[in-house]
Amino acid sequence: MAEPFVHPYLPNSAPAVKAAMLAATGAGTVDDFYVDVPDDLRVDGLLDLPAALPIEQDLVAHVTGILERNRPVATGRSFLGAGTYRHFVPAVVDEVIGRSEFLTAYAGEPYEDHGRFQALFEYQSLMAELLNMDVVNVPTYDGYQAAATALSMAGRMTGRRRIVIASDVFPDKISRVRDFVEPALELVFVPTVNGTADLAAVIEQLDDDTAALWIETPGFTGTLETSLPGLAEAAHRSGAILVAGTDPIALGAITPPADQGADIVHGDIQSLGLHQWFGGAHGGFIAVHDDPRFVMELPSRLFGLASTDVDGEYGFGDVAYERTSFAVREEGKEWVGTAAALWGVAAAVYLALMGPRGMAEIGETILARTDYAMRALTSIDGIDVTDTAPHFREFAIDLERTGPTAAQVIESLRAEGIEPGVEIGTHRLLVCVTELNTRSDIDFFVTRLAALGEGVGS
Amino acid sequence: MSLPIAPKPTLRRFHEARWDEPIIFELDTPGERGVLPSRPEPDLGTGAEALPDELRRTTSPALPEIGQMRVLKHFLRLSQETLGADLNVDVGQGTCTMKYSPKVNDALIRTGRLTDLHPLQDEASVQGILEIIWRTERMLAEIAGMERVSLQTSGGSAAIWTNISMIRAYHEAAGEGDRRDEVITTIFSHPSNAATAKAAGYRVITLYPDADGYPDIEAFKKALSPRTAALMITNPEDTGICNRRIAEFVDLAHSVGALAAYDQANANGILGITRAKDAGFDACHFNLHKTFSTPHGGGGPGSGANGVSEKLAPFLPGPVVERDGDRFYLDGERPLSIGKVAPFYGVVPNIVRAYAWMRSLGAEGLREAAELAVLNNNYLMKRILEIPGASAPYATGRRRIEQVRYSWRALYEETGITSEEIGVRAGDFGVHYWTSHHPFVVPQPFTLEPTESYSKAELDEYADVMAHVAAEARETPDVVRTAPHNQTIHHIHHDDLDDPERWAPSWRAYRRKYFADGDG
Repeated sequence: MAEPFVHPYLPNSAPAVKAAMLAATGAGTVDDFYVDVPDDLRVDGLLDLPAALPIEQDLVAHVTGILERNRPVATGRSFLGAGTYRHFVPAVVDEVIGRSEFLTAYAGEPYEDHGRFQALFEYQSLMAELLNMDVVNVPTYDGYQAAATALSMAGRMTGRRRIVIASDVFPDKISRVRDFVEPALELVFVPTVNGTADLAAVIEQLDDDTAALWIETPGFTGTLETSLPGLAEAAHRSGAILVAGTDPIALGAITPPADQGADIVHGDIQSLGLHQWFGGAHGGFIAVHDDPRFVMELPSRLFGLASTDVDGEYGFGDVAYERTSFAVREEGKEWVGTAAALWGVAAAVYLALMGPRGMAEIGETILARTDYAMRALTSIDGIDVTDTAPHFREFAIDLERTGPTAAQVIESLRAEGIEPGVEIGTHRLLVCVTELNTRSDIDFFVTRLAALGEGVGS
Repeated sequence: MSLPIAPKPTLRRFHEARWDEPIIFELDTPGERGVLPSRPEPDLGTGAEALPDELRRTTSPALPEIGQMRVLKHFLRLSQETLGADLNVDVGQGTCTMKYSPKVNDALIRTGRLTDLHPLQDEASVQGILEIIWRTERMLAEIAGMERVSLQTSGGSAAIWTNISMIRAYHEAAGEGDRRDEVITTIFSHPSNAATAKAAGYRVITLYPDADGYPDIEAFKKALSPRTAALMITNPEDTGICNRRIAEFVDLAHSVGALAAYDQANANGILGITRAKDAGFDACHFNLHKTFSTPHGGGGPGSGANGVSEKLAPFLPGPVVERDGDRFYLDGERPLSIGKVAPFYGVVPNIVRAYAWMRSLGAEGLREAAELAVLNNNYLMKRILEIPGASAPYATGRRRIEQVRYSWRALYEETGITSEEIGVRAGDFGVHYWTSHHPFVVPQPFTLEPTESYSKAELDEYADVMAHVAAEARETPDVVRTAPHNQTIHHIHHDDLDDPERWAPSWRAYRRKYFADGDG
């Protein structure tokens, strides 16, 4: 006789329990519960799926066996960025977000989930200090969604249709934004000069149908926007909203966009304490000033401080909940759902550990190593950085004068254990330098790349 | 007192942790450090000199300075003040499928072979994760009966968005984009169906239930027209009632040239029982963080899976993972694709967890999980309906699938105690309880979804808590009204949360508005 199917995840698969429960409901078999599923819609027999691995040891062997085929690049030998960044993750961050309570919580009330509300309020508050803005949402899915939502907010607030884009933006981010904002908004691209905004050309484009002027700093190739104050002034003169994308890990060292006139600031929090995860661990932030015109356009949850019956006790709740689709379905602003709360907790722990000095230092370290890498790489004959703007973490190099294509360089250096960057043109490489790339890592990269050129030339 | 120890009372004498922890900014101790980042080598300079003056931050961000152990302790205390599914009988968050997230799956993903992979590194060095994405897609395609599955979206609502975005692209490719400007949904479908359709530029028509609790098919026929772009529907709906005529709804949508999208965020009662394809749907989506066991993370990251028929496959977001013999590769050359819906390839930690969960159970186990979720639900329904004052509106006497939307209407009319107050009091016994999505079509609603994860004894405990609180509502209503009593904090005053002059969405906003030392 076949053994009854009992699985560790299914307590009531124990035959006696199952029988007692069926009896209590008055059902003969579980099929009685499915009387509303018409026969012609029922699956006949079992689905065609691989054999079960109910023994935990077997499951571990199977999954680990597949994962063995993954080979991470040695720390320091990777110069890949382009949206997912390699930064050091302090152990305390993983400890906190691995806690059962945070990991398996969901939508508890502000009483039983007081700790989750406080942690996310602290995330908002720590980000607010870094950004120098009062209001930061509970994280949305990723930086792409944050950009799409920030621009949509500007469209709703102004009732205008045009988005003028003055920076080089990641093509994938543009793709996501386009999918989200069309047909309500029209994207207008103004070509950059030397990697940053062409102020005069941008001013030409600003008109009374311009909802937002969108700046990215750092932009696609790591350039920092140097004329943000002038751009903001021009945008405001035409009644448009200045929407700025940035990476918060830069902001301990770099002037926050809000200080230079940005009205909505957005970006991704992956840099703040999240591993690379093959690009699968992103969270988006949207920050605004404490102005109800802006706050009421945010679709995400927003936790606020509240008093309780007891003196000295902090409580929390949803700020302006009636904005959201949870409250009013399609009348809400966009939608709200499960997004990236746990990654927000990770970022909160990261910022609390780093403090003001840590954030200043990491920004400076990345600036210094980026600057060194740019100088070292351009010391190779025939290699140029594509612009002379200031850079944070990323820059593009042009290899055309050295001979091999970017794809050939990537292939050759991979053979030596180096991931030299991302191909962004036949002869262009996008190189990313973080605090994980030490001076000796950079020197090794430069030496091997130079040797490659010599090999080709000889 | 001496041994033996008296038996435990029926209800747990719970008290949640109460650390009375300050806000993290109040832990600021100037000079302390939590972690030291890597610094530039001596001859590299500080980095700041590479910047023009106006780009150098001159005022330090007012982050707190705290030693490492105190930071750890702060967040561990906050974690103890959070009631995760691992700790409570989490059947009170109906529609959200709070099932067990197996610990082995968390252990499996805690490896540098996942955490340290960059999405653009050599394809040959990421074959393992590409294989898991490919296999997971194929298994989900079999479960839905669909042609293809994409795992790119980061949550259920994002997956619903992706379905409506593909439908929009489909109509546009057919030259009907401008004409089809309406989407039809039902009030017991998740609110994100209505919200994403609206965000995509559609006019939303919402169907209400007929007298038996089924979506009103006559109203649906009237709403359909050549302007209809899509039907977006959940089944079983949030009431737990399965729509017997679902295939007819889909056929009717098709008859006017519209497509039909199936919100299967919660497919937990029908795995291996019935499939989206069999009812004729063009698109469906699953939430890996519901049906497929990945943890909810306190509100994400989730993970969505979009299943599509052959008709919509060309429109899937990209790139997609393809297989060539033993080699897996990414294909981004798909001209009709709606493009990117998220960075890179999806929420990798959750994809691996969902894969491991499905592999542990196999086809028989998945069906058993579904059947037990439904058995548990009908068992709990029996226990709940024995409580005076509780009811299950619509389809009286009929079986439910994986959840039930109940009502305390009778109890409220008798005692004045609301569903919300019952929920707060229930927390005093260490269980979570949620009312329902707005608007409250069912008066004083609550939605219970036991999943397959909780034992009979745990379901009995939950029902006992409900019965006890309902009795308190009659006998000692003030105890219910003044709850919480055994939780981390006391009754919250909500008045300041909706007033822009008074709300405090961050510590700095709070300090500025209420204290002289704030920025201002």
